[in-house]
Amino acid sequence: MGEIDLGTVNWARAQFTLTAMYHWLFVPITLGLSFLCAFFETIYVRTGKEEWKRLTKFWMTLFGINFAIGVATGIILEFEFGTNWSNYSWMVGDIFGAPLAIEGIFAFFLEATFFAVMFFGWERTSKGFHLFSTWMVAIGSNLSALWILVANGWMQYPVGMAFNPDNARFEMQNIWEVILSPVAVAKFTHTTSSSFIVGSLFVISVSSYYLLKGRHVDMAKKSIIVAAVFGLLSSLFTALTGDESAYANAYTQPMKLAAYEGLYKGSKGADIVAFGILNSGKKVGDGRDPFAFEVSIPKGLSLLAKRELNGFVPGIEDLVYGNKAEGIMPVAEKMDKGKEAIVDLASYKAAGKTGDEPAKAAALQRFRVNQQYLGFGYLDKPEEVVPPVASTYYSFHFMVYVGSFLILLLALFLRAAFVNRLAESRWLLRFGVLSFFLAMLASEFGWVVAEVGRQPWAIQDMLPVKMAATNIGAGHVQATFLMFFVLFAVLLLAEIKIMLKQIKIGPEGA
Amino acid sequence: MIGKLDIVTLQQIWWILCSVVGSLFLFLTFVQGGQTLLWQVAKNEREKSYIINSLGRKWELTFTTLVLFGGALFAAFPKFYATSFGGAYWVWMLILFTFIVQAVSYEYRKKPNNLLGAKVYELFLFINGSVGILLIGAAVGTFFTGSNFTLNDFNQVTWTNPLRGLEAAFSLFNLSLGLFLVFNARTLGAMYLVNNIDFNGVPEFEARIRKSCLTSFLLSLPFLLYVVVSLLLIDGYSVDKSGVVSMEAHKYLHNLLAMPLVLALLLGGLFLVILGTTRTGLAKVTTGIWFGGLGTVLVGLAVFFTAGFNGTPFYPSKVDLQSSLTIYNASSSHYTLTAMTYVALAIPGVLAYVAYVWRQMDSRKIDSQDLADKKAY
Repeated sequence: MGEIDLGTVNWARAQFTLTAMYHWLFVPITLGLSFLCAFFETIYVRTGKEEWKRLTKFWMTLFGINFAIGVATGIILEFEFGTNWSNYSWMVGDIFGAPLAIEGIFAFFLEATFFAVMFFGWERTSKGFHLFSTWMVAIGSNLSALWILVANGWMQYPVGMAFNPDNARFEMQNIWEVILSPVAVAKFTHTTSSSFIVGSLFVISVSSYYLLKGRHVDMAKKSIIVAAVFGLLSSLFTALTGDESAYANAYTQPMKLAAYEGLYKGSKGADIVAFGILNSGKKVGDGRDPFAFEVSIPKGLSLLAKRELNGFVPGIEDLVYGNKAEGIMPVAEKMDKGKEAIVDLASYKAAGKTGDEPAKAAALQRFRVNQQYLGFGYLDKPEEVVPPVASTYYSFHFMVYVGSFLILLLALFLRAAFVNRLAESRWLLRFGVLSFFLAMLASEFGWVVAEVGRQPWAIQDMLPVKMAATNIGAGHVQATFLMFFVLFAVLLLAEIKIMLKQIKIGPEGA
Repeated sequence: MIGKLDIVTLQQIWWILCSVVGSLFLFLTFVQGGQTLLWQVAKNEREKSYIINSLGRKWELTFTTLVLFGGALFAAFPKFYATSFGGAYWVWMLILFTFIVQAVSYEYRKKPNNLLGAKVYELFLFINGSVGILLIGAAVGTFFTGSNFTLNDFNQVTWTNPLRGLEAAFSLFNLSLGLFLVFNARTLGAMYLVNNIDFNGVPEFEARIRKSCLTSFLLSLPFLLYVVVSLLLIDGYSVDKSGVVSMEAHKYLHNLLAMPLVLALLLGGLFLVILGTTRTGLAKVTTGIWFGGLGTVLVGLAVFFTAGFNGTPFYPSKVDLQSSLTIYNASSSHYTLTAMTYVALAIPGVLAYVAYVWRQMDSRKIDSQDLADKKAY
């Protein structure tokens, strides 16, 4: 294959990181708030009380402001697979393209069509049809999340496909395996339920601000009750699916698990670090203690990852250098096999060109032996398979701490709401205002865990990121990176200013 | 039944499906056309509001159709997706930029504290409707004029022109196609606005829009003529049964003659666009958009079919003919195309509910009451 220009690869990475994290500032609010709007409107239609209609319209206004910039930042992501990751697009387009197209057909049109009714159809359609439309927007938004997460899940755990040496790409063998892969299911449930928390806390945050100011008290209280119920249920479900995700990681991406747990040396009955500070400058295989300070729970990691107290959990070093007793092959050996596979693939191609059928068949036979290690053949050294440990570890722990705190906070909000002491619980309200920002950060950090934690792979064990990029030259990508950066910064500033103004105006303006 | 289709049939079905989505997008660019009419036909803020609120109920459909067009091409013809988007980097990036700025403009233009002011958001809409559509036209033009790329044994793309796709806009043919699409979008935009707005009390406003339909159409004619005549005269790219690509004199003329149905689509489509224009520009009816819209879809289908069928590589390479993409060498596998064809069975259902909601929402025209609503753009 062609020359690899790491400058281009890293700028393409930076651009994707920028656009994805930017897009993600708006998506969780959309996913959560769309359902909350549907709940609010359902209550309005059931009770017929005008205050619920006013409340619904107010949250819809904020939803609309957020939705517009979510759409704006989303379109770029789909096309970036082509513009910046063209090798990737070709090599796995046969599998990866399908969920994106299905997303368009099944989800985006639901959102786009019913969004217009939700916003402008109050006087044009019946009450029932309007409510139906609001639900369709919520379902459509979450369905679009489903399909893109199926695609992402497949990258983390490639199933249902086979490599075709004739055109040098992976081809789909079973679409159901792709859609129903345990990683895809865990990803979808964890991502959407955690987004419901973000959406709920957005409502709680704004409402807490109103209560602290003594404005729109009735609306704020009503909003908090609905959001706290939805948020609390979602947060419990998020904890459950988070645990499922970690359990799945133990089988599908043990290196990611080891990185976010800070586990260098694997063992039976491995402890889990509840709180710890990593030793800076720690390198794989240097024999130093990974932690400067740690508080561990005995056998916790084995229980989490293997569901048994004495299960073996491999550490980073086991995965890099191998562990004979546990049957883990060293990466160096996989690299050798991968390099053989690359040579055999090239001979297969060459024999095909000269029409030398026996040589072609022989090359194919040799290639088949090692083809599962093809991706490793592109690595330069075994340690390359280790993701950035510190960012993965800290992101994961921040996410878990915030997630646990939010369960408690949501429970306190619900309790205060039921005993009708919301307006008096000023400290709770202050935390309520803050909570949305914490949740948003945790949500972003969740993606850092998922995506940084699987480096260097674009497709786990199959295709390293550096082989996936378009061979375009760093200068072009730098230029578009800068354009996105400036444009997105301006749009974000505009969005925040508009949002704050609308919150200040309150429900009278909706 | 779908499970028994051979790969060639599936490849053709998917080229037709992508063509349908692409052509529907061209019809829906009435939104972009309307955006460029804003400063020309609206003489005051109120008239602007009519236009923005009328288009604002449709822009997401256009946007979504564009995204689906991309998604469908990715799923069905991933080699095109990888080659064109990765290769013609700048033309696609700039197109995307014009759609990013569009997406926020309707919602943010009139909101208090919007940082940039209404004029800038209106400028965004204008850029989307002009530059965005022009570049899309230029990109489609390369289906006939070819691009500057080579593919290696592993199908990795190398682009040989330093402008990375922007060079497409410097070909007279591509530029003409782009400008034709810009003016056609304006023609459609005027037809749509005439259909969608209640002009009670603002007859001059209506007259200006109707007039702009006519002038936009007349302005589109020279570019259309240049594109059609060139298409009949130029040498085209041809691929034989064994997959070898060569140049053929009057290739696209041959395609039209070999596929009379496509010729009929082209002529019928142009006739319908003219009919829509005269109904909007010269008569007092509001149904022009349906003729113009259907006409645009038919012309779009004719363009895509001419580019991809009858032994024609739809994404030819000027610098290395054998790297050219055909619907047969650029497609997904038999399995994926089959699975996606089952998925595509849902498309009529989607079209049905889009049409139903459109009818529900548009049964009453945009009037002063809509502009007074607090949710109005």
